[in-house]
Amino acid sequence: MRLTINGQNHNIEAPADMPLLWVLRDLVGLTGTKFGCGAALCGACTVHIDGVATRSCVLPASAVVGKNITTIEAIGGTPLGKKLQDAWVAEDVPQCGYCQSGQIMSAAALLKGTPKPSDSDIDSAMNGNICRCGTYSRIRKAIHRATEA
Amino acid sequence: MTTVQSNRRDFIKSSGVAAGSLLVGISLPTVSRLADAAALATPSTAVTAFVKVAADNQITLIIPKSEMGQGVFTGLAQVVADELEVDWNTLTVESAPVAEVYNAPFAPMQYTGGSSSIAGSFAAMRKAGATARLLLIQAAADTWAVPVSELHAEHGNVVHAPSGRRLPFGALAARAATLPVPKDPVLKEPSQWRYIGKPMPRVDSRLKSTGKAGFGLDVRLPNLHYAVIARAPTFGGRVASLDSSAAKAVPGVVRIKEVPSGVAVIAKNTWAAMQGRKALTVQWQDGPGTTFSSNQLAKDYAEKSKQPGVVVYTQGDPSITATGQHLEADYATPYLAHAPMEPLNCAVEFNAAGCDVYTGTQFQTGDRAAAAMVAGLSPDQVRIHTTYLGGGFGRRANPASDFVREAVAVAKDFGAPVMTVWSREDDIHGGYYRPQAHNRLTATLAADGKPLIWTHTQAVQSLTKGTALEKLSVDPKTGIERIQHEGASTVPYQIPNVQVSVHDGKAPVPVLWWRSVGHSNTAFAVESFIDECAYAAGVDSVMYRTALLAEHPRHLATLKLAADKAQWGRKLPAGRARGVAIHESFNSVVAQIAEVSLVDGKPHVHRVVAAVHCGTAVNPSLIESQIESAICFGLSAALFGEITLEQGRVQQSNFNDYSPVRITDMPTVEVHIVPSTDYPTGIGEPGTPPIAPAVANALFSLTGIRARRLPLSHTSFTPTKPA
Repeated sequence: MRLTINGQNHNIEAPADMPLLWVLRDLVGLTGTKFGCGAALCGACTVHIDGVATRSCVLPASAVVGKNITTIEAIGGTPLGKKLQDAWVAEDVPQCGYCQSGQIMSAAALLKGTPKPSDSDIDSAMNGNICRCGTYSRIRKAIHRATEA
Repeated sequence: MTTVQSNRRDFIKSSGVAAGSLLVGISLPTVSRLADAAALATPSTAVTAFVKVAADNQITLIIPKSEMGQGVFTGLAQVVADELEVDWNTLTVESAPVAEVYNAPFAPMQYTGGSSSIAGSFAAMRKAGATARLLLIQAAADTWAVPVSELHAEHGNVVHAPSGRRLPFGALAARAATLPVPKDPVLKEPSQWRYIGKPMPRVDSRLKSTGKAGFGLDVRLPNLHYAVIARAPTFGGRVASLDSSAAKAVPGVVRIKEVPSGVAVIAKNTWAAMQGRKALTVQWQDGPGTTFSSNQLAKDYAEKSKQPGVVVYTQGDPSITATGQHLEADYATPYLAHAPMEPLNCAVEFNAAGCDVYTGTQFQTGDRAAAAMVAGLSPDQVRIHTTYLGGGFGRRANPASDFVREAVAVAKDFGAPVMTVWSREDDIHGGYYRPQAHNRLTATLAADGKPLIWTHTQAVQSLTKGTALEKLSVDPKTGIERIQHEGASTVPYQIPNVQVSVHDGKAPVPVLWWRSVGHSNTAFAVESFIDECAYAAGVDSVMYRTALLAEHPRHLATLKLAADKAQWGRKLPAGRARGVAIHESFNSVVAQIAEVSLVDGKPHVHRVVAAVHCGTAVNPSLIESQIESAICFGLSAALFGEITLEQGRVQQSNFNDYSPVRITDMPTVEVHIVPSTDYPTGIGEPGTPPIAPAVANALFSLTGIRARRLPLSHTSFTPTKPA
């Protein structure tokens, strides 16, 4: 199958039901997208499909042929993604850091539709992303910071 | 500052000792040149010092502690850089290989745990920085033929102020490397610190915000294969029969292999391995716990705790007869999984030099020994490459080295490197839990309302019996280990007559330290019960504790700071209430005041005001984030967390039924640090123990209902009195 990942076309040989997560990580070598639960419960695997935050761990790769797949490796190439990553660094958000790719991808999708989110907007958009280190308050601050610049 | 990932073999090979480099290794109490330690490492990992100054002026700090989110790369770098006199943004940080020179100063092991990284290595790392600086200054003195007293170091240069000459460290490194090591370098006064005490930015924030940080699961080696393991549904179970024909037919599956822990499916990619595992037909022979029920264990523990166990602490005479008000209460805590966000994994490559292990581990020494044993090699033929850890919380410091041992068994004789990948279900089912426990407390109050007699009887499993660490931790006199009763036997309150005793629990469930270890259980019991005593005495919870802590100035300062900042005593809106708890662990004292309400009848924590006394605050920003983190971790357990077993089978499986706190559950946390110039003490764990009792005490204040069993979801809170 032919997938468009971060603006580049890739010819992928994989079973139709292989989740996009494993295509990205094991076949394409983009390891920034993380495996956390395999059941769309934690958000660590969040990518954008045509700009929409999507859990790649339960998404068959064959379902996204012809769509634009964006991962953490490329989100910094957009002004919004760059602002978010800079805000993440400025607020020193990450601890272990494992969930942060997914957090940033969810935040980027939020800001795309809601440029000035309220705390409750943030809650609804980010509630699917678990952080075991409890960086939530800095995530909130970083999202607000990214909208100020 | 930048960090270098050490999870790629090609990188590690290229990072050998460069000619003309100055390397300083420190092992308290003696200081030695790297050469003394180099023999411990193989050429591919020959950087075995803490400070490396290369001829090209590149300064690399080698951190012997695992970075699992606690910020140890940043905190220890601050400590070294301060004495070394280098600019923050010119430093590189690397993870240390396994070698004795990197053992903790107070234990014959290389590990990360016990909130001991800054506390244990503060002196050693300052000395490492100062030693390197003095050697560079001496090299400049020799180069210019001027007295050392006319020289000083600043911003990575040695400066001769009288002549205005300066040389970068890199230009002096080769000469410095030939000089005798100064024995007792004079360290800076705190007033001269540039980095210690400042909220220096984390060295890994950029990598971790861009998907570039290399975790264990991100290790990629040439021809790397991926394996998942079908493990028995009961602990200690074994394969009775196996039909792997369907699994072998799954595209991408390369081999099916029985290993001691189960059946490994090795494939070209993770998904194929997972599909192959689904296609296995395995009949299991159950382990010894096939009838085990955690519910029944709770009942057995409760029954046992009616009688004292092995006495581990006595104060005064707890058997005296007294006529005052008598209180009794039972507190129960469940098994808990660590559930770090990164599921366990371990990549192993056998090669001509032995065996290379790539994993996010907290226990390099133990894992190397275990890997060597399974591999049939000597420990010096095994190299451990510590990656970033996607959370640890104790799970990756296993004296049984379960995930490393298993990975080596899978890769052995396979012919290509293999990474084992645990699914979340594997992780939740995988054992090594915080042990379930029961606590029975009794108190008799004196006429003034203060406790006159206090007894605490626990039932809880040992964490180290049957492991290599048993001898280090089990008291030979009692057969009980300190970490079973820490926090109970160290109750700080001034009580004339105290008895703490332990029933050594037996259960067919593997257990392990979980962030804050024994304190995660005992603080809930002790801090809830002291609150019950205060209520029975009719005294305010903060005032009651204050009166009993007169001999503990750090506790008093911490409690007062928290109470002041939380405006304890000030009226809250209807439907809200506060609760307090204070607990010392890992030599730090943390007080927390939680503000709660009920939302749809369920507890919601709005705000936590925390005060912490951790001696010198090396990095206030990291301290703030560790307390926030520890509160989140403890709150997840307090509100929702439990692992239960029936018929020996774990009943939870993923984040749907083992649910951590999400952003909507997370309270606003304020962290206040008690100013101190004392030696730094632990920070990764001490924020966890107080949160459960602070919340339970707040819920009592709100509803009059005392929750004595965790998680709180077992208790129905129906308000019976106005807040």
